[in-house]
Amino acid sequence: MAALDQTQVKEGVDQETVDAVREVGTYKYGWDTDIEMEYAPKGVNPDIVRLISGKNDEPEWMTEWRLAAFERWTKMEEPKWAMVHYPPIDFQNQYYYARPKSMEEKPKSLDEVDPKLLATYEKLGIPLKEQMILAGVEGAEDAPAEGRKVAVDAVFDSVSVGTTFQAELKKAGVIFCSISEAIKEHPELVKKYLGTVVPVSDNFYATLNSAVFSDGSFVYIPPGVRCPMELSTYFRINAENTGQFERTLIIADKGSYVSYLEGCTAPQRDTAQLHAAVVEIIVEEDAEVKYSTVQNWFPGDENGKGGIYNFVTKRADCRGDRSKVMWTQVETGSAVTWKYPSCILRGNESQGEFYSIAIANNYQQADTGTKMIHLGKNTKSRIVSKGISAGKAQNTYRGLVSMHPKAKDSRNYTQCDSLLIGDKCGAHTVPYIEVRNNSSRVEHEATTSKVDDDQLFYCRQRGMDEEEAVALVVNGFCKDVLQALPMEFAMEAQQLVAISLEGSVG
Amino acid sequence: MALPQAKQTATEARLAALTMPDAGCTRGAREDALARVLESGLPGRRDEYWKYTQPDSLISAEALPAAVFVNDEPVLFNDLDRLKIVFVDGVFSAEESDELSLDGVKIDRIEDICCKDIHWAKDLYGVLEARGQSPVQRPLAALNTAFASDGVAIHVTGKPSKPINLIYRHASPTSDAILHHVIRVESGAEVTILESGPAASRFNKCMEIEIADKGTLHHVRAQGRDHERRAATHMFTRLGAESVYKSFTLTANGVLTRNEQVVELTGDNAVAHVAGACVGDGDFHHDDTVFITHDAVNCESRQVFKKVLRNGATGVFQGKILVKEGAQKTDGYQISQSLLLDDDSQFLAKPELEIYADDVACSHGSTSGAIDETALFYLRSRGVPVKDATNMLTLAFLAEAVDEIEDNALADEIVSRLEGWLARRS
Repeated sequence: MAALDQTQVKEGVDQETVDAVREVGTYKYGWDTDIEMEYAPKGVNPDIVRLISGKNDEPEWMTEWRLAAFERWTKMEEPKWAMVHYPPIDFQNQYYYARPKSMEEKPKSLDEVDPKLLATYEKLGIPLKEQMILAGVEGAEDAPAEGRKVAVDAVFDSVSVGTTFQAELKKAGVIFCSISEAIKEHPELVKKYLGTVVPVSDNFYATLNSAVFSDGSFVYIPPGVRCPMELSTYFRINAENTGQFERTLIIADKGSYVSYLEGCTAPQRDTAQLHAAVVEIIVEEDAEVKYSTVQNWFPGDENGKGGIYNFVTKRADCRGDRSKVMWTQVETGSAVTWKYPSCILRGNESQGEFYSIAIANNYQQADTGTKMIHLGKNTKSRIVSKGISAGKAQNTYRGLVSMHPKAKDSRNYTQCDSLLIGDKCGAHTVPYIEVRNNSSRVEHEATTSKVDDDQLFYCRQRGMDEEEAVALVVNGFCKDVLQALPMEFAMEAQQLVAISLEGSVG
Repeated sequence: MALPQAKQTATEARLAALTMPDAGCTRGAREDALARVLESGLPGRRDEYWKYTQPDSLISAEALPAAVFVNDEPVLFNDLDRLKIVFVDGVFSAEESDELSLDGVKIDRIEDICCKDIHWAKDLYGVLEARGQSPVQRPLAALNTAFASDGVAIHVTGKPSKPINLIYRHASPTSDAILHHVIRVESGAEVTILESGPAASRFNKCMEIEIADKGTLHHVRAQGRDHERRAATHMFTRLGAESVYKSFTLTANGVLTRNEQVVELTGDNAVAHVAGACVGDGDFHHDDTVFITHDAVNCESRQVFKKVLRNGATGVFQGKILVKEGAQKTDGYQISQSLLLDDDSQFLAKPELEIYADDVACSHGSTSGAIDETALFYLRSRGVPVKDATNMLTLAFLAEAVDEIEDNALADEIVSRLEGWLARRS
């Protein structure tokens, strides 16, 4: 940002603003950690699939499951319908498995943990106490935690490096561990649920993920249990040319409740990196799952170089009556986003909610939205999507609301608003609405507008500079969604919204 | 790219059943259109643009037979002073038509143009249709351009005293008609075009409309009641600066109807309103597909579509507003609503926005549901029988679309048709 360093500071502009503007185009999480990594050879083929499976010490049935998925993937074609454009991805020029060498043998004390790994956590903003636990220091869990507790599972490149608060969660009967651990420790649960919400054959990226997923999180909440703390996963892509393929499986048994947070960052690199995750959620009778994401992968630089290609399949299956799922996402990162967290409302009176803020600046492209499939009677869904485009970015909302003939007396409300900042960006809305019975009500509303001049003028005449004013108006625009986020994320998200848009006005 | 085998076969079968008329000055346009059909193939079930409507019966080599329906209603627009141009099963009928002369308008038959080497319509025939093939292909329109056997070219230079009524009579149960009209409205001119009647067992109609700066075109169409008829229609309209285009379509029954409107606003301050009311019973399938492109500053577009469906009818709406880069101050509005009178009917919608300019106000809304119980209760509590109350609420629901017709006499005719439909089956 050499040009900005020479920018003359205009009268009346305070230092804070200057600093904020200087940060434009810079990505806070853009560093990489120089840790010795262990890679699998580049490319993907049955041997790599077997190798990944072997590294995780998986049972035979899991290896077979992966190989079947790979076999299927070779016959599939990349989807082209999304409004995103990117150079063809060479799937053979990626590393499908990388892990920190220091993880080859689990550390027994803090001293044995690679100090660089610890430094990574610190930079990510994970509280120190959790760092100790992540590093596996004994006794740390008994120390009184300050304020609200959040159990963290951190996934560094391909592997889960540690899960905090496991003992405390165990007391409540909650299982929260990496999926590779779950495959070994709880095969009956994994066998019963894996691939039942997002089948192996679901789509190109989900199938690839099924074949090569290296790790991810597994959550099981037993009947009637309210998870004593928020569960959280941090995903970090560190190594170069590495695809990250994590798989998350959440099972909320009858009458249980869990709130799950997901955060992601990646270093700043010139080449695009691939990320194809799958999240499956099973919600049984009377259970509730809240899934919140702050997606902040590296978005590429201001010239559109580098960044993460984020192709994610997320789906929740509300199997039981009165079950409920709520997706909240703040999408500020990634060069290309292709993501449609969906709800299958199978149980009677089940509910699905989707709150989304998608911000695209510079050359980012986001094609995101949701699917609400109403199968049960009296099911309800609500979609609130706020898309913000700035710079030369393209932002698309794509969604489906489907009321099946048997979904009597169901209800959907959809609101998708787009805000355009600048005349080089685009905002698009592609909703599909299918109503197949008449006792259901479906409402869809969408608007596209620019930041209101009157509102800006009002803020300006109260002494705000333009950037502050835009940030305020945009935060107001996103309020409905920000309010749906858990506390920890709401603060972070609000700041992210402001940072992502810096430099987009004036 | 080679076409999928099934598509290739279907396209070849359809083309084999057609012969290109001796084309005169439209020959070039027709040959280009045929090339477009060969390249894209005819629509298939797997095409995204035909997601909700099965095109099979529209592209089959032979039209499925459709019994001629005897309509007991008075002839539409009969009380109006109008210039009648009648087509029977897609063939121009000189006996039933008025003389094709009216002050301010020049009307030719496409057949006559074909004999001439130079004609104004040559610059329009197939031109807007070709432009309308991107970004979405519309092969049925290209097929029409290539093989249309009849139609009229209307050149509007002034303000004719009465509307021009294109009347499509259906006489043979196996008719398969392809008509192509071109209309050019000169600067400052104004015309009202009416279309009525079921046309044929299968009807493929394409209309290309060019409205020059400050020109105005009103269009009111009532697609006939024949229960077994099928139709695929395309209207391609290009608007110059400060021009006005207002179109309304009433569809009452017919087994399959696909109406596409492709509107391009190319001059500043132009206004385009496209509206439709459709009422359907049973195996009725109605598809409104609208694509509006804003390519100039300060233009206004409005789409209002209302559908009332009962006894298992299906209503489809695909609408798109595309605002190109630089088309600032655009005001785009789109509403699609359906009223499902019973549990078997369905409404499928895809209302899209694609926007590349920031100083715009675009919105769309789409709703679907049953009659409002509270409103029904209110009326009943005031002593209105349930049947009347339902009809009243249904008409009120359709009113927003009918209100788009500026001429009161025309609007009244449409409302009487809607009342008739409600009375017949409720």
